Amino acid sequence: MNIQNFTITDIIEGYKKKEFSVGEIVNSYLERIEKLNPTLNAFLTVDKQNALKKTEGFGSNLTIEQFKNFPLLGVPFGIKDMFLTRGVRTTAASNVLKDYIPPYSATAVDRLESAGAISLGKLNHDAWAHGSSGENSDFGNTLNPWNKDYIPGGSSSGSAVAVAASLSPFSTGTDTGGSIRLPASFTNTVGLKPTYGLVSRYGVISMASSLDSIGHFSKTVRDSAIILNATAGVDGYDATVTDRAKEDYTKDLEMGIKGLKVGVPKEYINEGLSPEVKQTFENSLKILGKLGAEIIDITLPHTDAGIAVYYIIQPSEVSSNLARYDGIRYGNDRSFFGKEAKRRIMLGTFTLSSGYYDAYYKKAMQVRTLIGNDFDSAFKNVDVIVSPVSPTPPWKFGEKANDPLAMYLSDALTVTINLAGVPGLAVPAGFSHDKLPIGIQFVGPHFSESLLFKVGHSFEQETKFYKELAHLE
Amino acid sequence: MKNTNYETVVGMEIHVELSTATKMFCRCPFPTLQDQPNTLTCPICLGLPGALPFPNKQAIESCIQIGLALNCKINKDSFFERKNYFYPDLSKGFQISQYLHPFGEKGYLDIKINGVEKRIGITRVHMEEDTGKLTHATVKGREVSLIDFNRSSVPLVEIVTEPDIRSGEEAKLFLTELQKIIRYLGVSDADMEKGHMRLEPNISLRPPGQTTLPKYKVEVKNINSFKFVDKAIQYEEKRHEELLDKGETPIQETRGWNEFKNKTVSQRSKEEAHDYRYFPEPDIPPIKITQDQISEIENKIPELPAEKIKRFAIDYGITEYNAEILTRDLKLAHFFEEAISVGIAYNIVPLTIANYIINKKPNIEELLPATLVKKIKEESTVLQIDNNVLESAIRTVMEKNPQAVADYKSGKVQIIGFLIGQTRQVLPNAKDTEQIRKKLTEMLE
Repeated sequence: MNIQNFTITDIIEGYKKKEFSVGEIVNSYLERIEKLNPTLNAFLTVDKQNALKKTEGFGSNLTIEQFKNFPLLGVPFGIKDMFLTRGVRTTAASNVLKDYIPPYSATAVDRLESAGAISLGKLNHDAWAHGSSGENSDFGNTLNPWNKDYIPGGSSSGSAVAVAASLSPFSTGTDTGGSIRLPASFTNTVGLKPTYGLVSRYGVISMASSLDSIGHFSKTVRDSAIILNATAGVDGYDATVTDRAKEDYTKDLEMGIKGLKVGVPKEYINEGLSPEVKQTFENSLKILGKLGAEIIDITLPHTDAGIAVYYIIQPSEVSSNLARYDGIRYGNDRSFFGKEAKRRIMLGTFTLSSGYYDAYYKKAMQVRTLIGNDFDSAFKNVDVIVSPVSPTPPWKFGEKANDPLAMYLSDALTVTINLAGVPGLAVPAGFSHDKLPIGIQFVGPHFSESLLFKVGHSFEQETKFYKELAHLE
Repeated sequence: MKNTNYETVVGMEIHVELSTATKMFCRCPFPTLQDQPNTLTCPICLGLPGALPFPNKQAIESCIQIGLALNCKINKDSFFERKNYFYPDLSKGFQISQYLHPFGEKGYLDIKINGVEKRIGITRVHMEEDTGKLTHATVKGREVSLIDFNRSSVPLVEIVTEPDIRSGEEAKLFLTELQKIIRYLGVSDADMEKGHMRLEPNISLRPPGQTTLPKYKVEVKNINSFKFVDKAIQYEEKRHEELLDKGETPIQETRGWNEFKNKTVSQRSKEEAHDYRYFPEPDIPPIKITQDQISEIENKIPELPAEKIKRFAIDYGITEYNAEILTRDLKLAHFFEEAISVGIAYNIVPLTIANYIINKKPNIEELLPATLVKKIKEESTVLQIDNNVLESAIRTVMEKNPQAVADYKSGKVQIIGFLIGQTRQVLPNAKDTEQIRKKLTEMLE
């Protein structure tokens, strides 16, 4: 069975038509992991036993009725190792937690499993989700299946690669400053960063609490909407989740984008963009135009402050969130933190210190409000905003590893979306001449996921980049 | 023990554990001292990776209620903040507290000192969570520190006063009044022995006439009774006075109260400058409180001790002094008022009931107000109807005990006790000793 181009939708259709069983699907993915993971290093923990055990309940007699109650019935998935999984080692890709087995599962994991999804295991990423390339993992680099000399993007490196290399039809991720959208755009996958306050953060190891968004990777936009149907909504454990009526995120997918106003922020299209990214983006605008969208130039005037604001607020929260790993619990002391975590703990401790708080944290929060206002104003004139995800295509391992500032700047086009708390959807938009993936992102007002899926789906069905697969065998 | 050469300046910090059904940020039940260590915990109060705080609405309301009862201004835009510091009993490496915008601030509480009213300013009333509890023990010959997280995340209200308190006695009076208010509100049992209230006086001395605050202050921690607060302040007054007399300034430090040695002992000299790196708790959205919500919470505040004293005095014709005794404990006040309503049917006036309760101190836990009223009725009935019977009984006793009568008449008046006893043997129903004594005295004259 060739599972390489399977989407969630394909798998469920196959089950319904009795083309294959849950056991066959799960085994096929486990076999592929066994074959490819030693090279790619996407999975840190393969939960073979549990996955196989879960297939036991399913015969070949799944009924259509069952899929109504369990929309992800028998669909395998991978979990970023920032998500707690009861009884299954959860490391945050850091030596500090290298032997930690949690007593409870994250809400998002619980919900996906309640919807019938079957976990294949835990995925690699930059330790504590600190990074843009995956190179900060304490458990080795995850390789980009499109070219193993290149980084797959971070921090959710393993999650992106698991989907891109078809080790799993979908995976969970966290996006604090671009950690889903960046690796999605570097691996030809779809990555959703939902609105802050849509998906519960409970049970996901906190990086920067006011920015962390719980999202996922998939091959198609439709799959992304199906997953969000399962994960969204209040759970009573995350006070920042907004209580809203439940929505079917797949309902608008086919509605088309005729007459849709798409804004292009002039601040994003600057001399920092590599020619290939610029070219790909311009092509994308043409496609959107062809689909009936109206392209409008807009301005987000505080964009250039994004990285500065982000690198004050985020480390401040990081320094506090990592305080609980104090050496008394979890077996390992603070010397087990890697360089990047230590850097952020120091930065954050400094910016929160008395005498500096007003100049840094307080000021950053004020500018954050201005950045949010930028988006509010923009959405008075346009329905969605479109921009490149990364100023450049994927870079080679080691290229920026010793230059934290250069690494930080790779998030220039993604962090403001986190600061504003609005949703962003990264979709494949083409390839560089070296055949490295390039993505674009659609950004909408708070809780406009349905709209983003509609735009993303139209774009994807027109371009069909998701059908292109990395050649690994 | 009032200091004469200096004026005492004391501000209090009081922590009150709220007795909510569940903890401040999780759904674990409120722990008791009987619970085994670490049995009432969950990922949230253990501060496990990924766990998030979810605020307890009831606790916030209780905190606002305390603020309102202490005449505070309620901040309509409030939020929680993180107080970052390391301590083994702090599971998250920070405590969720309030710093910039406490729920309540700028209030006051009036207390009475020797009949004179005095206003103690309340600086702030804020909400925070409790920490775990450390125990230092020897286990299998090894000295170890044990952590119990049952108490972790129990809701705490911190009340800070202005430096308006001038003596240990004043501190005691203030705390008694505060405890009464908290119990009246029903937000905490405020049981000192169970650690529901923790007290920290900040003490310094200044020359009389000086209005500015002294340049130093000494904080005394770990005090678990009002009496010890009084004693600690007195001890510090003396210690500071001796130093000041020698021209020295007491060191700014934290001291602990040692109840066995009856003295304070230095814990941390030279308070290191703590930088708690407060910042708004990002896991909890800001808390907006509308005027309607404040009014609703205010409406839930029952009659507080000061009002009750005034009403008892006016409505029931008793002295404020007695009204104060009857309102010290809310249960007693309720008992008193229920007895009054039963008393109407028996023609017993509130004053009689008040005097009976104050003089006889009946155990109200084991007695119904109606039973008490009937008892009062019976006792008064016995005396009125059987006056002749009493006289004849006393006559019999006097005839049987001529020596005692003679002794009494020769001045050994204490012998009357013997005669009262003899009379009660003849009249087992005569319960009012005072009535017998009165009659006996009358007949012995």
